[in-house]
Amino acid sequence: MLTMTGVCALVAVSVLFFVLGYLVYHGGTSINWNFFTKLPAPVGESGGGLANAILGSAKLLLLASFVGVPIGFFGAIYLAEFSGGTIAFVVRYAADLLNGVPSIVIGIFAYSLVVHPFKHYSTLAGGFALGLMMIPITLRSTEEFLRAVPNALREAAMALGASKWKTIATVIVPAAYRGILTAILLAFARVAGETAPLLFTALGNQFWSPGWEQPTASLPVMIFTYAVAPYDDWHRQAWAAGLVLLGLILVINIVARAILSRGIAVPRT
Amino acid sequence: MATTTSTVPSAGPVAGSRSFLSRLREGDEIARIITSLFAASVVLITLLLVFELWQGSVLPRHKFGFNFFRTSVWDPIFDQFGALPFIYGTVVTAAVSLLIAVPLGIGAAIFLAELAPARVSDALEFFIDLLAAVPSVIYGLLGVFIVIPLMRQYIQPALKHSFGFLPLFQGPAYGVGFLTAGIVLAIMVIPYIISVSREVLLSVPRDQREAALSLGATRWESTWKVVVPFARTGIFGSIFLALARALGETMAVTMVIGNTPVISTSLFSPGYSIAAVIANEFTEATGDLYTQSLIELGLVLFLLTFILNGVARLLIVATSQRGSGLG
Repeated sequence: MLTMTGVCALVAVSVLFFVLGYLVYHGGTSINWNFFTKLPAPVGESGGGLANAILGSAKLLLLASFVGVPIGFFGAIYLAEFSGGTIAFVVRYAADLLNGVPSIVIGIFAYSLVVHPFKHYSTLAGGFALGLMMIPITLRSTEEFLRAVPNALREAAMALGASKWKTIATVIVPAAYRGILTAILLAFARVAGETAPLLFTALGNQFWSPGWEQPTASLPVMIFTYAVAPYDDWHRQAWAAGLVLLGLILVINIVARAILSRGIAVPRT
Repeated sequence: MATTTSTVPSAGPVAGSRSFLSRLREGDEIARIITSLFAASVVLITLLLVFELWQGSVLPRHKFGFNFFRTSVWDPIFDQFGALPFIYGTVVTAAVSLLIAVPLGIGAAIFLAELAPARVSDALEFFIDLLAAVPSVIYGLLGVFIVIPLMRQYIQPALKHSFGFLPLFQGPAYGVGFLTAGIVLAIMVIPYIISVSREVLLSVPRDQREAALSLGATRWESTWKVVVPFARTGIFGSIFLALARALGETMAVTMVIGNTPVISTSLFSPGYSIAAVIANEFTEATGDLYTQSLIELGLVLFLLTFILNGVARLLIVATSQRGSGLG
């Protein structure tokens, strides 16, 4: 039985290498300079790239950070440093609830809040949807890292006459910054691959999307549309896009963990 | 944070207490108010989400009532919407995925928490965390191009050959369908089961193991008969968490389930799930009733995951408290 459990663990972990292996095998050959610089080619023509989707994803993630990071960060400061009791419980509960909401439902929410009133799909709506998903992840982990800062530091700063907000800004947040950075990076990586909330907010686009108010292509949605389409050339592109996306996400994850493991002031939670 | 000093709020002459004013001057009260606004916005967003889902599904709730969940006709042309095939598909695929993921996940968690040396365990846990970070559309991609052909050519014919007398494994092998969706979902939820179960198993107090070993139990007996039962509620919690994920999972399921609103006893049959129908039809839905019916499906999905996540959290907290209380 002991070996059986080992086999289970091996099977579970090997999935990661299968996923990576297949992506490199099928997608590796299609990644070239064109992939990063050209627009998608029309059906039937080979070549072309996914430059618009890469730029679209970058724009969406930028918007998402504008929504998710401030709310998560300052909300966490409130939870960890200012509040106690009922309010904190309610906020935490709401964040956990938001974290558990299926991503497709977040899409519906962003649709009825941003797309429906303005009557068109837009980059803004997509960024908003992704930002919503970043909030609970950033909030809860930032709070944990702030709490992990030893109380002695707080007391020392206050004993020197610093006011509370000064203590937070100059002592506590700097002490926990590796953890906070990790939290934000992980939230970023999590939403970078989200597809479902973008389907009816950012929609998709075969061309460049100037400004913020037009539908935009994004890597995850491109992978979806290209994978289920019947064209071989699109399948090739989907594999390549998958490889790029997964590579990006795994690198962010590894970097985030590396930042955390080098930290001294904050123990790993 | 530096800006907080320069902004003087129009708080007005609230309560003439001097301490409040002095705190205000030092900036503490301002910082508290500003950060509390950010925290409050989280609650506000969540409430708004529930409100929008409820408000957005008024028409079908009034028109169909409970028949929405009992009928299986989904006909946008004649404005008839019954969600039964989607609910069936969601439940069946989630059930299949748990049947595969629970034994594998818990087995792996036992190995990581109890048997593997700490270094190996940490290294493997690192890979498991990375696995949990793989986006669902990537699993869908592999599902479409790797799992579906595999199912069609080898696994489904083999199952049919050996278990074909069961109604579960009958009918033509399309490749797509409930079974394929269940397998892909299983692969996706295993990391969650492993991570949470491992944490729960690690929180079992050491003396439990030592007591069992000192009574002459083998390593496996102490693990299986003492440690696992002790962590039972937390492990159930991880399963509920995985179930909530499986029910709400959209992209991978949409890509491999076949997208046909059919209720069939055969796992080989193509089907549909709640999340998949929303993903496929939401942008094309014409007319308020159609759109709102899809939103009502979203509401159902939300309520299901809300309940399951709540139960999961209670179970996990109960176990870790038990662990710390006795240990």
